[in-house]
Amino acid sequence: MIIRKKTSLLIDPSLDRQLILKDAEKELQMPTRRLFGKRALTLGGLSMLTGCSLTDDKSVSAFLSSVSRLNDQVQGWLFDPHKLAPEYPESMLTKPFPFNAFYDIDSVPDVDGDDYKLQISGLVRDKHPWSLPELYALPQTSQITRHICVEGWSAIGHWGGTRFSDFLQRIGADTSAKYIGFKCADDYYESIDMATALHPQTLLAFTYDGQTLPPKYGYPMKLRMPTKLGYKNPKHITEMFVTNTFPGGYWVDQGYNWFGGS
Amino acid sequence: MTHETEGADPVGRPAIPHKPPLINPIWVRVTHWCTALAVILMVLSGWRIYDASPVFRGLTIPAQWTLGGWLGGALQWHFAAMWLLFASFLVYLLLNLVTGRFFRKFFPLSPRLIFQDLFKALTGKLGHEDLSHFNAVQKLAYLSAIVALIVIVLSGLAIWKSVQFPLLRDLMGGYDNARIVHFCAMAFIVLFFLVHVAMVALVPRSLLTMLRGR
Repeated sequence: MIIRKKTSLLIDPSLDRQLILKDAEKELQMPTRRLFGKRALTLGGLSMLTGCSLTDDKSVSAFLSSVSRLNDQVQGWLFDPHKLAPEYPESMLTKPFPFNAFYDIDSVPDVDGDDYKLQISGLVRDKHPWSLPELYALPQTSQITRHICVEGWSAIGHWGGTRFSDFLQRIGADTSAKYIGFKCADDYYESIDMATALHPQTLLAFTYDGQTLPPKYGYPMKLRMPTKLGYKNPKHITEMFVTNTFPGGYWVDQGYNWFGGS
Repeated sequence: MTHETEGADPVGRPAIPHKPPLINPIWVRVTHWCTALAVILMVLSGWRIYDASPVFRGLTIPAQWTLGGWLGGALQWHFAAMWLLFASFLVYLLLNLVTGRFFRKFFPLSPRLIFQDLFKALTGKLGHEDLSHFNAVQKLAYLSAIVALIVIVLSGLAIWKSVQFPLLRDLMGGYDNARIVHFCAMAFIVLFFLVHVAMVALVPRSLLTMLRGR
């Protein structure tokens, strides 16, 4: 019997049965081990039955937030101020360009352009408020670039305005400061890093596709940065300030990554 | 049975048996489980991110299968687990290349060998008595999983940093296309995961070799 079994093992190596049985026998000889395994499984089972979701745990979300802040730094290092976002021909414009905000299109703020003044504060030499005609008189440029939303979709749009780095120079902003913060007519608020503010494609945009920026796209002005995700591009800007104190942002304070760069 | 317990000490414990040879060194086991954890976290959170704006119209993933609770939470999980995947997969690849394990374990490999072993597997004649040796189907499966992981990391980088990595962006066929590549690599990895787990269930000893190395 035994000899036959052994030879069958030798001639027919394709069968795992003997080996599995042998393993099982070995395991059976170690009762303490089995008991430990059983108890470990039960403990794991119990912890799963408590209904605690990983996402609800405070220490987990604190850990995830600190990784997100680390990712801000990494993205700051990765950011090359000379690398340009691709520009596209007019034929590639996404039509109609999607409206997107934290509210419905019916709630788009109605800003009166005649009364409008852009307020400037913080680490800036010239803090005089800017009217729209003054802003429109600045040197203008335009770009056809891809707007990438944090949700994943993208759309190609055509914005015109003044180069933000020129504007910062004109108002004597301290460009060694860390942040630039924005407040908006729709109660949105956002802040960006200085390196992105000085990027050649960062525009203080007053037009969309050659027309005055319509309310749904952020009248009277938005900050257009093709190197950042959509939520980093504030619309309906009414105030801006230069600071070294982290200003946060509407979505950022709820958990979106602050740097949000692409 | 009896001859196995001959060497038992007076308390009745079996004598230390002769240790079988090490199949999976410690670094393979550690990087395997770290990569597995990172992949699970990234797939589950990635499904939630996908749902925010589905690449394929009509294809959404049930929210209860996803991780993160909402888009912002899912993004935090995704970009935290990213570091675990990056570190663990990089160590796995580097040590595989440096130690020569990569060429020892995965090669030689040819379509002929794959078809031979696939035929054997389908007719129930493929043995698993020697777990230190991969059959050709295993080699192909593990190699494709490695390639899929490389593709998913590169397409992920192209999505995350499409301006900073123009070469990757162009390699993936642009930003929008990188999302499709990322999704397909994910689908392949999930398929691999399911088959892999089913195979482990069929040959449970292979799980032990990935836990205790022998």
